[in-house]
Amino acid sequence: MTVTQKLTAAHFRTPLFNDWCPGCGDFGILASIQMALAELQIEPHRAVVFSGIGCSSKTPHYINVYGIHTVHGRPLPFAIGAKLANPDLTVIAVGGDGDGLGIGAGHFVNAGRRNVDITYILYDNGVYGLTKGQASPTLRRGLKTKALPRPNINDAVNPIALAIVSGYTFVARGYAYDTRHLKELIKQGIQHKGTSFIQVLQPCPTYNDIHTKEWFAGEDKIDPVSKRPTPRLYKLEEIGYVAEVQSDSEEERVKRRVEAIRLSYEWGDRIPIGVFYNDPFTPTYEERIAGIAPVYLEAAPAWQPIRTKSLRPVADVTNIFNELKVVQ
Amino acid sequence: MLSWMIGGAQGSGVDSSANLFAYSISSAGYYIFGKREYYSNIKGEHSYFNVVASDRPVRSTIDPVHILASFDAETVFRHAHEVVNGGAIIYDASQEGESLKNIPTIEERVKTDLSRWLRDEGVGETLKDVLTLAKRRGVKLYPIPYMDLIKKTGEILGEQQLTLLMRMVNTMAVAASFALLKADINRLHRGLTYAFRAKKAVVEMNFAGCKVVYDYVKSNFSDDFPISLPNRPLPQDLVLVNGTSIVGIAKVVAGCRFQTYYPITPAADESVYLEDKQVFDLNMVDGGDYEYPHLAENRQLSGKGHILVVQTEDELAAIDMAVGASLAGVRAATSTSGPGFSLMVEGLGWAGMNEVPVVITIYQRGGPSTGLPTRHEQGDLLFTVFAGHGEFPRIVMASGDMEEAFYDTIKAFNYAEKFQLPVIHLLDKSLANSTQSIHIPNIGDVVLDRGLLINEHLDGKSGYKRFQFTDNNISPRAPIGTRGAIFWNTGDEHDELGHISEDPVIRTRMMDKRMSKLELVKESIPTEEKVVIHGGHDSDTWIVSWGSTKGPILDALEMLREEGIDSISFLQLKILHPFPAEACSEILSGAKRIIDIEQNYSGQMAKLLAMEAGIRPTNWILKYNGRPFSSTEVADAVKDVLSRNTKRVVTNRGG
Repeated sequence: MTVTQKLTAAHFRTPLFNDWCPGCGDFGILASIQMALAELQIEPHRAVVFSGIGCSSKTPHYINVYGIHTVHGRPLPFAIGAKLANPDLTVIAVGGDGDGLGIGAGHFVNAGRRNVDITYILYDNGVYGLTKGQASPTLRRGLKTKALPRPNINDAVNPIALAIVSGYTFVARGYAYDTRHLKELIKQGIQHKGTSFIQVLQPCPTYNDIHTKEWFAGEDKIDPVSKRPTPRLYKLEEIGYVAEVQSDSEEERVKRRVEAIRLSYEWGDRIPIGVFYNDPFTPTYEERIAGIAPVYLEAAPAWQPIRTKSLRPVADVTNIFNELKVVQ
Repeated sequence: MLSWMIGGAQGSGVDSSANLFAYSISSAGYYIFGKREYYSNIKGEHSYFNVVASDRPVRSTIDPVHILASFDAETVFRHAHEVVNGGAIIYDASQEGESLKNIPTIEERVKTDLSRWLRDEGVGETLKDVLTLAKRRGVKLYPIPYMDLIKKTGEILGEQQLTLLMRMVNTMAVAASFALLKADINRLHRGLTYAFRAKKAVVEMNFAGCKVVYDYVKSNFSDDFPISLPNRPLPQDLVLVNGTSIVGIAKVVAGCRFQTYYPITPAADESVYLEDKQVFDLNMVDGGDYEYPHLAENRQLSGKGHILVVQTEDELAAIDMAVGASLAGVRAATSTSGPGFSLMVEGLGWAGMNEVPVVITIYQRGGPSTGLPTRHEQGDLLFTVFAGHGEFPRIVMASGDMEEAFYDTIKAFNYAEKFQLPVIHLLDKSLANSTQSIHIPNIGDVVLDRGLLINEHLDGKSGYKRFQFTDNNISPRAPIGTRGAIFWNTGDEHDELGHISEDPVIRTRMMDKRMSKLELVKESIPTEEKVVIHGGHDSDTWIVSWGSTKGPILDALEMLREEGIDSISFLQLKILHPFPAEACSEILSGAKRIIDIEQNYSGQMAKLLAMEAGIRPTNWILKYNGRPFSSTEVADAVKDVLSRNTKRVVTNRGG
C-alpha cells in the first residue's frame, strides 16, 4: 500500500465543534498529537486513539483516526486489547490525571509490567475539570485551587516515578503550550518499542488558578537584573541529561531509573521536561508472547481466519480431544 | 450403577486418585459422572469426590454411597453414614484409634452432631466406634494396612526411601476399590498413564503398589461385594471432560482468539486450560479455503492457530481488554465468577452502548460477596439479566450439561456477532468441577455466523457510519484498521458516526435502535434453541428449571418413572434474556402444577417467568447450601411436592 498524498496535520482533524474552554491546555496536546501523526506519516486508518472520561478524554472525537472514548480510568486495558489483537495498529491512549492515576491507577501500574507497544499520554492539570474542579491525584497537599472549599489534604502521586517503578520503558514529560517540543516527545513515544508514558503539564484556565500559564512562565519570579520572568520549566536535553539505558543490564537500568526518579521530584522553581527514561532493551509483551508461541508473529488474533468460505471452523481440536479420550 | 466416593485432606492427592478411578473405570467400559467438593483452602481441609459409574450415560450423582474409599480418619467420620447397608468402607487399619475430637478440620457443628449421634448409639468417639456402627447395619469393612503394603512395595521396587512412596496411599485406595469390584487391574494401568501423563517411572511405581493392594484385598477378604464391574465393550469416542475444559475447547472451535481473565474460583481453570492449549491445529475442511481477514494483509497461516490468553490486573481490565480486541475484529471472551462479574458491569454497559460483540462466560458460585467461593449456586441469574445502569441489550443464556455447554459456547459467539451485543453465558461450579464422560461433540454441523462484519478495506468514499440506522437496526461493523471506515465509539449517547450527541431526537432513535435488537433476537433464534422440552408436551405437571439442574432432574425423572410416576414433563430454559415468554406461555398453558427447581433462595427464574409471561409456579424446590442437587434428592423433593403439595421445599443434602 502506498501513501499517495503527503499527510499533514489537517488530515488528522475532524470537523466537530470543540467544546473545551478557551485557553485550555488540551488544545496544545491535541495539536501535538495531530502533528506527530502527520510527521510520522501514519495512515489514519492504521491508528487508533483510546481515551477514558473527562475533558481530555474527548480528544479522540477531534482526531481523524479510529477514536474510542471508553470508560473512566480504563483507556489502557481497551488499548492493550486492540494492540495485542492487531499489532499493525499504532495505538495511543489518552486521559486526564484523575482518569489515569485515580480511578485508573491499577491499570496504570499494570500496563508498565507488560510493556505492550503503545503510547500513553496523561493530561495533567491537577483538577477534575468536567465535574467542576475537585482535587486530582497530582494536586499537592495544602493547595487550594479555585473550586476547593478547603485546601487539599491528600498528598500528590509522582507520575514519572510511578511510571518508572511500574516498568514503563519510555517515560517523558511535556508541556501543553510547547507543542513543538511535545510533538517530538510524542513522536519518540510512538516510535519507541514498548509502552511509552508522556505526562503533559497543562494549565486548567477554569479551575486551576495556581498552576497557570503565567505560573509556568515564572511571571511571579522577576529576575532582579533583567527584570524578566524566570520560567519554571527547563528541558532535560539542554542540561546534557542521559535518559537512555546504555546496555541491556539490570545494573544499568537501576542506575538510570534512580537518576530519573531523583529528577522527577524537582518541582517548584525549576521543573524539568523532556525524556526522563528510555530503555530500548526490555522486550515488549508482543515479543514475550512470541517467545512462548512463535506462531503469534503470523497469527495475531485479528489476522487469523476463523472459518472457511463455507463458514466452517478452521480450528481442528482432534488432538485436544484425543488427550481426553478414554482408551482400553 | 455404582456410587463410589473418595475423600481426604486437600493436597494429599484426592483429586488425582479420583481422576485415576474415573478414567480407569471408564476404560473398563463404563460411563461416569463425578462431583468434586472442596474448601476454599490449599492444604489440609477435607475434600471429596463422588463418582457414579454405570453402563448407561449418567448425568448426576446420587446420595447413597456404595464404596467409601479413604486413607484418613476424617473421611470416614464425615461420610460413613452415607454408605448404604451392604456397602463398603475401605480405610487405614492403623487409624482405628483416632478420636473425633482430635480432628481439627471438622467444623464444630458437624462434630456436635456426630458426637450426639455416637452418644445416642451408646458408643465412644473413635474411628473404631463409627466403623462398629456401620458394621452393625451391614456395611462391609476393609481395613488396609497401607504402611505395611507401602513397605512391601518398596521391597519389590528396591526403593529404600519410603517417603517417596507415601503419596501412593491414595492410589492404593483406588486399587482396593478395584479389587472389591472385581474390576480389571490392567485398566488401572491405563488410568495411571492418564493421571500421570508422561511420567512413566511414577506410573510403574504406582502400578506396583496397586498390584500389592489388589492382591492383599483378594487374599484377605471374601469376594462377596455385591457390585462387580467387569470389562465391557468401550463406548466409541468417549472423552472425560469437565465444564471448564469443554468450554475452553469450544472457544477454540468457535474462533475465539482472545481470552482474558483475572484468577477466580472456579472460572480460572478454563483460562489456564486454554493457555495450555493456546497453539492448536488447523483442519483442511473445504480444502483449507480459509476466509482470511483483510487485516491479515496477505499473511498466511502455516499450519497452526493461536488463541491469546491474557491474565489481567482485575476484572475491569479483563472485560475492557476483550472489548478492545473485539473492536479490532476478533472473537473475544472473558471468563469469570460472580465477584468478578460485579466488576465487569461497567464494561458490559459500554459494550452494550457501543454494540460490541463480546462473550462473558460466568461460572456461578455461592454468593453474595465472597460467599462460598468453591461451592455451587445459581444465584446470579437476575444480576446478569439486569446488570448495568441504564438500558441496553444483552443475551443471557445457560447450559444444562457439558455437551450443551460445548454447542452453546459456539452459539454465544454467533449471537454476539450477529446481533452485535454482549452475550453472557451462564455456567456454574457444578459444571465447572464435575467430570463426565461424553461422546466427542460433532463439529461437522458447526457454522460460524459473523453477522454483518466487514471483511475488506473500503474506498473511503462510502461515508462509513458505524451506527448507521438500518431496517433491522444492525449496522455493518468494520474492525479498527479497515481503510475507509474510520469510526468513533463513546460511552456517551452518540450519532451514527459515533460522536457524542445529546440531541433528544437522536437519543430516542439510538435507544430504539439498540433496544429493538432484543426483538430481533426473539424473532431470529429458533424456539428449540431457547427452550427444551423433556417428556410429553401435554402433561399436567411440569418442572421448570435452567442450567446444571438438568442432569439431576432428568435422572430423578427416570427414577420416578421406575416408581410409576411417569406423567411429569420438564421445561428447560436455555435463553433467559430476552425471556422466551411466548414459548413458555404456550408450553405451560395446560399445566395444572408447575414446580420451579433452582439452586438459589428466591426462585430467580420463576420471577422472570412471572414478570415476562405472567406465569407463577405452584411449587418451588430450592437449594442454596452450596452443594449441587443429587438426582435422589430431586426425586424425593418432587415426591414431597406431589404427595403433600408442599409449597416450598428447601433441600439441604451434601457434605
